[in-house]
Amino acid sequence: MVSAVTVPLTREAPSPVGIRAQIRGVSHHYPTPGGGLLHVLDDVTFTVEPGECVALLGPSGCGKSTLLRLLAGLEQPGRGKIGADGVRIVGPDPSRLLVFQDPTLYPWRTVRQNVGLGLEARGIADRARRVDEVLHLVGLDGFADAYPNQLSGGMAQRAALARVLVNDPRLLLLDEPLGKLDALTRMTMQAELLRLWQNAGFTTLLVTHDVEEALLLAQRVLVFTPRPARIAASFEVGLDYPRHRDDRHFVELRRRILEVVGHSDIL
Amino acid sequence: MNDIAHHAPDLPAIAATADWPAAREAPPFWTTGAVAATVWLAGSAINYHWPDLSPWARTPLLAMAQGALGVLLLGAAIFGGRTRQVRYFHPAGRWLVALGALLTVWVVLTAKTALLPLPFFPPPQSILEVYTDDYARLLESLWYSAWLLVPGFVAGALAGFGAGVAIGWSRTVHYWGHPILRIVGPLPATAWLPVAFFFFPSANSASIFLIALSTGFPVAVLTASGISGVNSAYYDIARTLGANERFLIARIAIPAALPSVFVGLFMGLGASFAVLIVAEMMGVKAGLGFYLQWAQGWAAYANLYGVLILMALLFSGLISLLFLVRDRVLAWQKELVRW
Repeated sequence: MVSAVTVPLTREAPSPVGIRAQIRGVSHHYPTPGGGLLHVLDDVTFTVEPGECVALLGPSGCGKSTLLRLLAGLEQPGRGKIGADGVRIVGPDPSRLLVFQDPTLYPWRTVRQNVGLGLEARGIADRARRVDEVLHLVGLDGFADAYPNQLSGGMAQRAALARVLVNDPRLLLLDEPLGKLDALTRMTMQAELLRLWQNAGFTTLLVTHDVEEALLLAQRVLVFTPRPARIAASFEVGLDYPRHRDDRHFVELRRRILEVVGHSDIL
Repeated sequence: MNDIAHHAPDLPAIAATADWPAAREAPPFWTTGAVAATVWLAGSAINYHWPDLSPWARTPLLAMAQGALGVLLLGAAIFGGRTRQVRYFHPAGRWLVALGALLTVWVVLTAKTALLPLPFFPPPQSILEVYTDDYARLLESLWYSAWLLVPGFVAGALAGFGAGVAIGWSRTVHYWGHPILRIVGPLPATAWLPVAFFFFPSANSASIFLIALSTGFPVAVLTASGISGVNSAYYDIARTLGANERFLIARIAIPAALPSVFVGLFMGLGASFAVLIVAEMMGVKAGLGFYLQWAQGWAAYANLYGVLILMALLFSGLISLLFLVRDRVLAWQKELVRW
């Protein structure tokens, strides 16, 4: 374990919105087509405090996405416990929502119908106003009646974000949500994610490959080893928002994280 | 006037010049239309003034129809070249020329010179005679065929869709249903004909069953494969958003599989035509297939061609109708405009 940076961290009072996510000794594997087992997670333990934003950094295919699927309740861990506010997670719930790298919008539904899907699935009839609010929040006013294949990549990802935000999630699981966007859109969306998280107060787990993205958004960065994933290091970021890429502490943290990443043969 | 010259005051630098020719307006005169009109009018004159070898009753009517179309085309070519209604037919211009010429060649080779002999090569006026004199029986046949085709197709499509959804969704149903589909599906529905005529109380009900069978198999296979091919992330997202199984099937699986379902419906419709005609030729004593067989039995070749043309129009019309429905339902697929 690498010790945290010495910059004092001023954590606010625990957010009433956010969930405390607990991962206790979790190991997980998948059967391979050849009949073997693919060991993806190895005895992973950490806790994300309510309202905290934690970035999970590690090589692709190391098992970070699996961790998010377990937290979303889409799968059960092979070993160990996954909990939300001290209660074991046994299935999906609209309070814990995932955004993938692909927007994965339903192409036969308009943006409005995509965003309203969660409310519709739960039988909430009065959707229009809430959907409009959230579309405004992500800057998609005027695109409510467009179909997904009429949207650019950035707009589609905003719609995907709106589709989860409309449900007032308490835990937001972001699986490389900006991975496929061009550099400029990415920077804009990073700022917007930050704004959304600061305003709404949900707990956030962000899986990313991008050290800078992790440092721009997260309060804590967990670096994982290649498969099977173990936590290689944990960094408290402790910088005020908005952060600047040329800040002295930022540069120092990036150097130290890349060092760990280099030691674990990631690059 | 052209658009660029129109805006010339704003954009003096890009006025229409020899280097940058202005976009051309459609000419007011429709040349191809005029050629087609000439061909049809000439065909009409030849047909009317050149006496038949043995007189055909409907030669004057056919000549009049050719002439009427020629006059209509001439009017469109001269006066209507700019109207939207006439422009709609512009792409068909060369076909109109070819069809006019072909009809005239056919008239000359049969009715006028008999270079193509009867009874195998009836002149077009004799086919026209079938429509003017035997329309009651043709309409009746059409009606009987519709009474087999529509209930059979609808029942088959519904059953096939239901079976396909069940096989595509449930592992248990897939385990039991898929092998049956694999083994029995490729058997042409017409092969069941003797068995069906034996088991069903009437030839009609047997035919409806077979038409349903021929429609149902492709619809079931393609619905099932469409459902099992749905991106699993669609389900993951919907489940986290609070969808139950019913919602997943009705709102995610089925809409996602619809493009594939329509391919099945198209294949099923084609198969149902084949079964309809064979069933009517084999057992049912009415309908277009029966008319076809009757015409063959009496060597009434004009009736044979007449009913074939009718069938072609009917079947292609039904397929066009299916495509129209598909384009409406799957409109989201066509919205490819990007902002």
